[in-house]
Amino acid sequence: MTDVLNTLALVSNFIIVPGLAYGSQLALGALGITIVYAVLRFSNFAHGEMMSFGAMITILVTWVLQARGINLGPLPTALLALPLGIVATIGLCLATDRLVYRYYRQKRASPVTYLIVSVGVMFLMGGLIRFVIGPNDQIFADGARFIMKAREFKQMTGLNEGLAIKSSQGVTVLTAVVIVAVLFWFLNRTRTGKSMRAYSDNEDLALLSGINPEQVVFIAWIIAGTLAAVAGTLYGLDKSYKPFTFLQLLLPIFASAIVGGVGNPLGAIAGGFVIAFSELIVTFAYKKVLGYLLPTGLAPEGLAQLLSTDYKFSVSFMILVIVLLVKPTGLFSGKTL
Amino acid sequence: MRKILLAVAATIMLAGQALAGDVKIGIILGYTGPIESLTPAMAEGAEIAIAEVNASQEFRGGYGAAREIKGIRADSTCIDSAAATAAAERLITSDKVNAIMGADCSGVTTAILQNVAMANGVVMVSPSATSPALSTIEDDGLFFRTAPSDARQGQVVADILKEQGYKTIAITYTNNDYGKGLADSIETNFKAVGGTVTLNASHEDGKGDYGAEVAALAQAGGEILVVAGYLDQGGKGIIQASLDTGAFDIFFNPDGMIGESLPAAIGADLNGSIGCAPGTDSPGAAKFGEIAEAAGTKVGPFVPESYDAAALIMFAMQAAGSTRSQDFKGKIMEVANAPGTKIYPGELGKGLKILRRGGDIDYVGGSSVELIGGGESAGNYAEYLVKDGAFTIIGYR
Repeated sequence: MTDVLNTLALVSNFIIVPGLAYGSQLALGALGITIVYAVLRFSNFAHGEMMSFGAMITILVTWVLQARGINLGPLPTALLALPLGIVATIGLCLATDRLVYRYYRQKRASPVTYLIVSVGVMFLMGGLIRFVIGPNDQIFADGARFIMKAREFKQMTGLNEGLAIKSSQGVTVLTAVVIVAVLFWFLNRTRTGKSMRAYSDNEDLALLSGINPEQVVFIAWIIAGTLAAVAGTLYGLDKSYKPFTFLQLLLPIFASAIVGGVGNPLGAIAGGFVIAFSELIVTFAYKKVLGYLLPTGLAPEGLAQLLSTDYKFSVSFMILVIVLLVKPTGLFSGKTL
Repeated sequence: MRKILLAVAATIMLAGQALAGDVKIGIILGYTGPIESLTPAMAEGAEIAIAEVNASQEFRGGYGAAREIKGIRADSTCIDSAAATAAAERLITSDKVNAIMGADCSGVTTAILQNVAMANGVVMVSPSATSPALSTIEDDGLFFRTAPSDARQGQVVADILKEQGYKTIAITYTNNDYGKGLADSIETNFKAVGGTVTLNASHEDGKGDYGAEVAALAQAGGEILVVAGYLDQGGKGIIQASLDTGAFDIFFNPDGMIGESLPAAIGADLNGSIGCAPGTDSPGAAKFGEIAEAAGTKVGPFVPESYDAAALIMFAMQAAGSTRSQDFKGKIMEVANAPGTKIYPGELGKGLKILRRGGDIDYVGGSSVELIGGGESAGNYAEYLVKDGAFTIIGYR
């Protein structure tokens, strides 16, 4: 029995808890990409930098708050600064749309043109972010670091294996649940949300029934900006904030959106967790797990690791390729917004 | 036609010999690239030595009267072997340098040695290439370094770990020549003293999340985690993730991890961790510090080694009474090691005088130079302990 509990603690500590947090971050990012894809019909490569921008503004505001001694007690001060980060990111999205994307929308440019334009926007935003905050690591997490420390868990339960839960992980999962709930309520219950879904389903029909396309695009950018700022801040809070990492993050986020079926919010969330957990499960070393579960003597000498952690990012691509080969429309096909 | 060509060739050779009257030392370091923040001070270190020798008016190098020595800089880029080879080629064929102080990074140093220095028979003294592969490389007796090989650091790390009573260790290294060489050396040496290495795995720098890497290390287990990485890069991420998940509590930090920013970023949890980095408590280090400060140079990593590399070249020329590499390459070990009068930084003129009168010197310099094996620094290391949120030196070995 203790062996089973030890295994459970071990797997929770290294796979389930980090997987839930990472999955939530990916899901929020993928949702943003999916919303933009559903309404504006292009893959927004600048989304990673939008996340980075939101996190950057949040960090700058957090520093101001910290300097004035304002904090949230055990919760990170960044949560207090986040609304300003969201507003700034929405502002950036709307300004980019006004200056760049609207021109191509009026010209009815092809999706490939859009995609290349968004790559250009991505580099521009990346440069802007480095110009403001620099290319280095920034530390802005404060408040209580842990909900549960590994050592405390061991003392509490008497097990061999510890289970650590960081407050940033708890905050990430809770925030993601709230944001997703609000988003789904908005899309399914409100008039504006329904008009967005209609526009995404069939643009011409929606236009004929009197839906204002500029308003739908406006709302879509507000949602995308909010999601980006929240996802970027949560990722920075949980891991670390460094402008370069958001370029790397773009790949698993896109994989999540595509695996779930681009344009489908439910798929984006499922895709985020599929990618996060498979990255962790495939690169995990099962030596200790097998040691606990197998009878004595049968435990493996080696690490029992399927794939070295060097190949972590390639897991997303493997899944992406498999899904595109077997089910090109994604896991949740047939439904959009 | 053939006669004309011959005549031209002969003229060029004569011109070359006429130019060879100047004594020149090439200073080839990566002024651009990953260690561009370190190299200006290193170059200044070498130039301080050259200026000191020139001021003393004692350098003959086989000529009748005192000779001026000129340092000529060239860019090794640290990572681009082709660019480094071209730069070194230009130093030798067009600037006609008599010896090279450099290069800096192990990869380009190997490239320059094999493609340019050996082909032209020119002596190279590197202040900072630490790859163990350079110890055994074929060099025609032309290559020396004032930096210790990472093979030596591996030995020091293994000794410290054993003395502190650790029996099983896990190693993670930054995925490049430095990290891999050091990690392998630590593994070999630790096994040789009877320890067990549970896992020796790499990590990439510049990632946001090291949870998966730490998970694998945690499953392998071990009493201490050796982090052969960089303190501002993946090394810090690995330590943070290990502490967060409770995977490891104590860390060993080799030279790439020693710096104020690490305890500052991690906090009190790092207390009790240990480490080591090149360092010496010899009077030479303090003296070099004074000289460098007077010259306006900040003493950073490998700056004393650069001063010493340039000094060794000039001493060897003086001892051999020649500025030809083939003549003085055998003298470098002699002037660096006992017997002889000990020479500290600021005494280069005194050393040259002794050599000119046929005496013998034992150059100590700013980094306690003692060349072993094929001509590399024996290596002095300072042992560190993290106490009250700061790296504190607790001994030398």
